[in-house]
Order: sequence, then structure tokens, then C-alpha cells
Amino acid sequence: MPALLRRFLGVVFVLLGVMLLIFIMLRIIPGDPVSVLLNEHVNPATVEKMTESLGLNKPLPEQFFSYLLGALKGDLGKSYYMRKPVTALIMEAFPYTLLLTVLSAAFAWAFGIGTGIISAIYNNRLPDYIFRGLSLFGISVPVFIVALSLQYFIYFKLSLLPLTYNGSLQSMILPAIALGWNSAGSVARLTRSSLMGELEAPYIDTARAKGLTTRQAIVRHGLRNAMLPVITMMALQLSSMLSGAVITESIFSISGMGKLALTAVQTRDMPLLQGTVLFMAFVISMGNILADVINTILDPRLRV
Amino acid sequence: MSSSSPSNKETVMRKVPLFSRMPILPPSVTVPASIILLIILLALLVPIVSPYDALRQNLTERLSAPGTAHILGTDALGRDCFTRIFYGTRISLFVALIPTAFAVLIGMAAGIAAAFFGKAADALVTWLSDVTLAFPGMLLAMVIMYSFGGSFSSIVISIVIMEWGSIARIVRSVTLSILENEYILAARSIGVKRFNIIIRHIIPNLIPTLIVLFTLNIPASILSESSLSFLGIGIQPPEVSLGLMVNESRTLLFNKPHLVLGPAGMIMLLVLSFNFLGDALRDRFDQEV
Repeated sequence: MPALLRRFLGVVFVLLGVMLLIFIMLRIIPGDPVSVLLNEHVNPATVEKMTESLGLNKPLPEQFFSYLLGALKGDLGKSYYMRKPVTALIMEAFPYTLLLTVLSAAFAWAFGIGTGIISAIYNNRLPDYIFRGLSLFGISVPVFIVALSLQYFIYFKLSLLPLTYNGSLQSMILPAIALGWNSAGSVARLTRSSLMGELEAPYIDTARAKGLTTRQAIVRHGLRNAMLPVITMMALQLSSMLSGAVITESIFSISGMGKLALTAVQTRDMPLLQGTVLFMAFVISMGNILADVINTILDPRLRV
Repeated sequence: MSSSSPSNKETVMRKVPLFSRMPILPPSVTVPASIILLIILLALLVPIVSPYDALRQNLTERLSAPGTAHILGTDALGRDCFTRIFYGTRISLFVALIPTAFAVLIGMAAGIAAAFFGKAADALVTWLSDVTLAFPGMLLAMVIMYSFGGSFSSIVISIVIMEWGSIARIVRSVTLSILENEYILAARSIGVKRFNIIIRHIIPNLIPTLIVLFTLNIPASILSESSLSFLGIGIQPPEVSLGLMVNESRTLLFNKPHLVLGPAGMIMLLVLSFNFLGDALRDRFDQEV
């Protein structure tokens, strides 16, 4: 499939750009990272030795090139603060973020698509107004407010679920809902509008003429076509979900990628921050390709 | 029209009341717009209206309950919450307007360039927007915070970088459809310079799209600032921001929920109003976005 190949090439170029951008942005800071890393009152010889051992004395293009070569081999450097390879730290943290994102995507899909369909079927009647209001509310609440509200009501008032993540799947429910809340809102809105568009299509009339009820026509015929833009959007939302994961992980103390990045900023750990961001950009790009592939499988019109 | 006499015209003119020529805006526009205007007004007037200072600590009045003296009570340092909410709202409104406007302007310039200045420009803009869109916004902001520190300008830069790419994409596609019009061909064939075509034909036709894009991106800007400040890497104390206020009261969530509810409610009210307004404007002006 040459189209897919071209897509892959495009992603490679984008990731190169991502790497370059992070590399430049992290190096325009005034002052050198080594004196920040070591305390201020060390002798210059130590600073020089450290700079050399970290490879920070080489010219920037050379540093970039060796970083690039390392990244291709899966070596993202060594964390300044935690003194471990960045790749190992990422591999420790990523499963948590993956679990959180998958659970919250499942919640967003189930809740968003479900309410979106109900909205479209009951267009401009009470259930539609309720769910439309709810979805607009859904996209207007920041992740941290959803998270704190869940902690207040579900943990504190009703004591149904644990306050923070403790390793059990149960304690992942609140973080997943908190993170999926916004996406559920946008999925519901898109499902509704996309399904409404499909309902005007002639094939729905045909299906009705063949004796299907409106509801059957919507579910068997309309929904299939209406889902295509929703799937594309879900892939694009991966990016905002991973953004939200930073906040969710910090509130529910999950030691995932977001926590790792936040720690990197707070401890001024450049290789760790660089590696984490690069890895997340990689995940997002892969997600976008996956959405393309799924769409090509589902929509024969794209296979030309 | 040419047959109608002047006197006839006059009577027609007189019968049409002045305001009926102005577009009648539906309540879906006027209601959120008036809420936003009211909030702006309160945020501007808060130093005059409120007897309290947002920063002055009053340790004898720590954590006082909501009442007549302090409408929403005081925080852990005895500062009046209601006053602080409106000072925080100033930051939110500023972030809503300024970085979003920058993002729209940059997105507009890039989008027009991509559509108008040949394949190389198109490829460059597409690549750059793909690169910035491949970042999770919050992590991109963290990289900027790492380099420039948690300050106001870092937040502005982060928001612009997060938002310009998707704006440029939409402007590019709308510009391409504008370029297909015959008046563009006509202008080109009589030798109008490219710059003049952009100024006189493309930008005026882009304006509805730009207004809608601006309004639709405002909620994202407000949410970015409040989230960054909540994480402690945005606005730094002693400055006041709604997200920071939520963060500062987080430890008191179970004892004094109103301290979280106040700023959180204001963020939601602002975002919800701008979301409603953006939706209504899109339905009215531009379905393409």
C-alpha cells in the first residue's frame, strides 16, 4: 500500500521535527545545565569533568546527531537526577499511563457514543437536551476539577472507591473517568452531529421503505457510516488524553509518564524530560497511523 | 428599482425602523455574550468594588466561613476568596484573549502562505503544524516551562504553539476554496499584485472563519492556563490565578469544599459561556470549521 508507506515516511519526518524542536527548546536556557545539576559551590574542574562526561562540550549539531543515533537504538540517555537510563524509566512508567488511557478511552467511547446515539434518535426532545447539555458541560470542565469532584463525592461522601491509585484495578476507575470525561463529551457531540447528517441520506429512506423501523435503520445502517469521523477524532484525542494524563496522574498519584515528566521539570532533569516528550510524540503519531489504517479498513471509499 | 419615485423611496425609508436593519442576534449568542461581558466588567471593576486586597494576608481571619463580611469566606491565609476569584479571572480573560489572538494571527499568516505561495511553502507549513500537533499540549508547555520558567510569557508562548497549527490547517483549506472564485481569477488577470489580492480579497473573506476560530480556541486557552497553574508550573504565587487557587485549596477539599468550588465554578462558567458562544457563532457564520 503506497499510501500507507507515504504516511509512514511523513511520520518519520514529523518525529525528526519533534526531536529537533525539543532539542532546541531545551537548550536555549540561559546558564549551563551542569552548574544547575551540581550545586553552585563546586570547583570549576568538577563542572568541566561533568560537562565532558555528559557530552555537553561538543557542538550542538554533533550532540543532536549522537542523540538521534542513540534514540534509534532505543538509548535516550541517562537521567541526571535518578541516575538511570531514561528508556528504563519510561518502560517502568508507560504501562500505567497505557492502562489509564485505555480505560478512560473505553469509558469515553461507551458513554460518548451511547449518549450521542440517544441524542440523535430523540433529536430536540428531552433526552437530547439533557445529553447535549451534559456533553457541553463535559467539554467545559478541566480534568483537575472532574478529578477533585470525583474524589469529593465518590470517595469522601459515598466512600465507594479509593482516593488515590494503590495498584488495584478498582482504584483506577476514578482516574479513568476523570480523564475520559472531556473526551466523552466531544465523542457524544460528534456522534450526534455525524449521525444526524447520515439520517438525511437516501439510504436511510430505502431502509425504512424496506420495512425497518427508524431505530433499526439508524443502528444497522446509519451508525456504521457515522462512526468514521468519530474514530478519526478518537485518535486525535489521544494527544489531549495524554495531556490530561499528566494532571490525572498527579492528582491520583499514579507513577506514569505524566508524573515522570512533571518530576523531570521539577528536578530540572533535561534528558528525562526530552525522552519522555519524544516518546509521547511517538505514541501519538503511531495512534494517528492506526486510525488511518482502521478507517481504510472500515471505509472502502478510502481504499482507491 | 429604477422606476420607483423618490417620494416612494422616502416612505419606504421612513417605515423601516432603524434597528431592523441590524441583524437580530439569537439568544444563543446574546445570553453567553452578556454573561461574558458581565464577568469582564466585574473583573475590571473589582479593585473599586471590593473592600479587600487580593494579596494582603489577614491571619486573624483565616478560613472564615462564607458570610456577610466575606461572601465566599477566606482562604488559609485569610484572604478574601470572592475578591481573589475576580483577580484570577483577570488572568483567565487575558489568557483567553491575547495568546488566542496571536495564535489566530500566526495561523492565518501560515495558512494563507501555505495556500498561496506554492508547494514548498505548503509543505513547510504542513510539516511545522504536524510537528507541533504531534506533542501532547501539556508536555510541550512543560518543555517551555523548563526553559523559560513558570511565568506569564511562558504560558503565552505555550498556548500560541499549541493552537496555531490546527488554525493554520483550517485557514489553508478555506483560503484554497476562496482562491477558486472567479473574482480572484479576474483580479489576477488584470494584474493585481499578490499582496493586494491577499489584503483585499482573501483576508476579508476569511474574517468570519477567523472570528469563529478565535472564539472556539478561547476555552482551550483558559483550560491550558488553569491546568498549568494547577500543576504548579504556570502562574506562580503570590500572583492570583484560578487554577492556582484550586491548587492552593486542594488540601482543604474535604473540610472546606467551597474554597475549591469558587474558582472551579468560575473556570467552568467562563469556559461554558465561550463554548456556547463559539458554537452559536459557528452555526451562524461558518459551518466549515
